[in-house]
Amino acid sequence: MHLNRRSRIALRLAMALGLAVLYVPLLVVLLNSFNASRSFAWPPTGFSLRWWQAAWQEPGLRTALWTSVRAGLGATAVALVLGTMAAFAATRYRFFGRQAVSFLLILPIALPGIVTGIALNAAFRTVLTPLGIGFGLFTVIVGHATFCIVVVFNNVSARLRRLPGSGEDASADLGAHTFQTFWYITLPAVRGALFAGALLAFALSFDEIVVTTFTAGPGTQTLPLWIFDNLARPNQGPVVDVVASALIVLSALPVWLAHRMSAP
Amino acid sequence: MPGQMRTVASTITNENGFYLVSGVSSARRMLGIYVVMTVTLSGVSKKFGAVRAVDGVDLEIRSGEFFSMLGPSGSGKTTVLRLIAGFEEPTTGTVQLAGRDVTRLPPFDRDVNTVFQDYALFPHLSVRQNVEYGLRVKRVAKAERISRAEQALATVHLEGFANRSPAALSGGQRQRVALARALVNRPSVLLLDEPLGALDLKLRLEMQSELKQIQREARITFVFVTHDQDEALTMSDRVAVFNAGRIEQVGTPAEVYERPATPFVAGFVGTSNLVEGETAAKILGSHGSYSVRPEKIRILPPGTAARGDEVAAPGRIADVVYAGAQTRFLVDLEAGGRLTALRQNRDEDGDEALRHRGAGVVLAWRRTHTVELTQAN
Ligand SMILES: Nc1ncnc2c1ncn2[C@@H]1O[C@H](COP(=O)(O)OP(=O)(O)OP(=O)(O)O)[C@@H](O)[C@H]1O
Ligand SMILES: [Mg+2]
Repeated sequence: MHLNRRSRIALRLAMALGLAVLYVPLLVVLLNSFNASRSFAWPPTGFSLRWWQAAWQEPGLRTALWTSVRAGLGATAVALVLGTMAAFAATRYRFFGRQAVSFLLILPIALPGIVTGIALNAAFRTVLTPLGIGFGLFTVIVGHATFCIVVVFNNVSARLRRLPGSGEDASADLGAHTFQTFWYITLPAVRGALFAGALLAFALSFDEIVVTTFTAGPGTQTLPLWIFDNLARPNQGPVVDVVASALIVLSALPVWLAHRMSAP
Repeated sequence: MPGQMRTVASTITNENGFYLVSGVSSARRMLGIYVVMTVTLSGVSKKFGAVRAVDGVDLEIRSGEFFSMLGPSGSGKTTVLRLIAGFEEPTTGTVQLAGRDVTRLPPFDRDVNTVFQDYALFPHLSVRQNVEYGLRVKRVAKAERISRAEQALATVHLEGFANRSPAALSGGQRQRVALARALVNRPSVLLLDEPLGALDLKLRLEMQSELKQIQREARITFVFVTHDQDEALTMSDRVAVFNAGRIEQVGTPAEVYERPATPFVAGFVGTSNLVEGETAAKILGSHGSYSVRPEKIRILPPGTAARGDEVAAPGRIADVVYAGAQTRFLVDLEAGGRLTALRQNRDEDGDEALRHRGAGVVLAWRRTHTVELTQAN
């Protein structure tokens, strides 16, 4: 493509601006976490690791992080099992109402989180509370699973639709029973989609706040809930910056990995 | 079982009887065990929605024979193969293997293996793992698995390729892997869906003779789908000609070629002249539909009297088509209609042949080479 000098400059400026909008706020947070001053003073007055140390010693933060990891892993596990099975049913078997089931499965991701939250809250209250199961980690996992299933379902069914059925036919032809075919042939073919779906599901669960608010009991605090709580508190601002910085690095890692794996 | 008894009888009265009987291994003969595996379809139909893919097919395939299913695209060949393998259930009718009704059995409970048209190799497994797959899922011990896989790869001349990925193979090599993967299970019946369709002509001819040799040595019943009539004629013991979900004729290649039963078979297997109506009445002395192969027709100078056992028809050469080894003469008959006569270019070259255009001739052929056709039902 041929561009004249002026449009080339304009294009570069636009790109720089775009990147700036995306990354300057992140950079500010990163720098702030090493800021020696207490009160977001700008420019930073000096370099210090005291906030990182403070964050490390904050017991509420550690508990919240651990809760979030468990909620994320739990929701992802549920989503992997149910989402994969649903994807199989919807792509490999013909049954009455197949289209409707696919639609109903995808719907929750489009519903506002607050609607899902209210609905789940009401449902748990009427179903689980009489059984003696209170609000806590379990209800958070179930809540998160509602949208995590969709992610896995979408990824896996997209892959299955592009996978020719002849591999599964060949496997059955060679004497493999249904489960063997699934284990040896289909699963390896959808492994990438499962991995991507799991990563996305975990990420969604990890930063979810609206549904969590309605499904977590008073004693259960995930990391986003903790951040939300502490942002407004005096003296906790820099610690929140530390958490945010850690999350930036942690989430950049899988994205970078996925990017590298999909590059030729 | 009645099905099996009938099979044995038909095997022995078959004109290829010598080959079929000698096809039972000497070890089995000594033990007195005749394993006669057949495929029997009775009144099989398969509908997909409103489409009748297979429409009332009766078929008996004999043990150890090379059986081809020939027909145009969409005539139901693949569907019949899938019904035998168990990927589809017939809408009506039954499928028997070795006299046992398998109509409702899934593919993994049937003693047949398939070589798919697109090969359907497992992309994430190596060539060796592909070939071993059938043994692995049947929990055959590792040592035996390895030796049988090696043997199967040797059969298809792919000894050095065991550790490659299927993606790193040529089309012909993939085809051989697919064959080895099926053969390693020692099935009684091997189903092949246009296995040579994707290969170029030279490789195709090579693989044709290799397949035939493997079939003879392994003594496996081959059910071979093709839409290439030359392939069907040269390789098969018997051929079934399919048209629109039905079988028009089953017979040896010579029967199907020399004595086509219907106009469709006459036109689809080789080229054929159709003589019917007034023309037939004038030349052959009776109304009806008849077929004459172009290569059976002699071209004689005008006024020549035909031999006693021959039919003769005067006419004029309307066109001459030179085709290398042969020349086709299109002759307009005085009795009406146009016939094609084929002549080997043994004495004449192309230019000489082309000069005959417009000349008067007499066409003559043996009465027995006139084949009466029945209209398709
Ligand atoms: N799964 C299916 N659903 C609907 N129609 C089908 C299905 N499979 C086959 N058909 C139809 O059944 C008919 C026979 O198809 P089939 O694949 O058996 O033909 P074929 O003889 O193998 O043709 P080809 O030489 O092109 O492979 C076709 O009209 C085809 O469109
Ligand atoms: Mg086909």
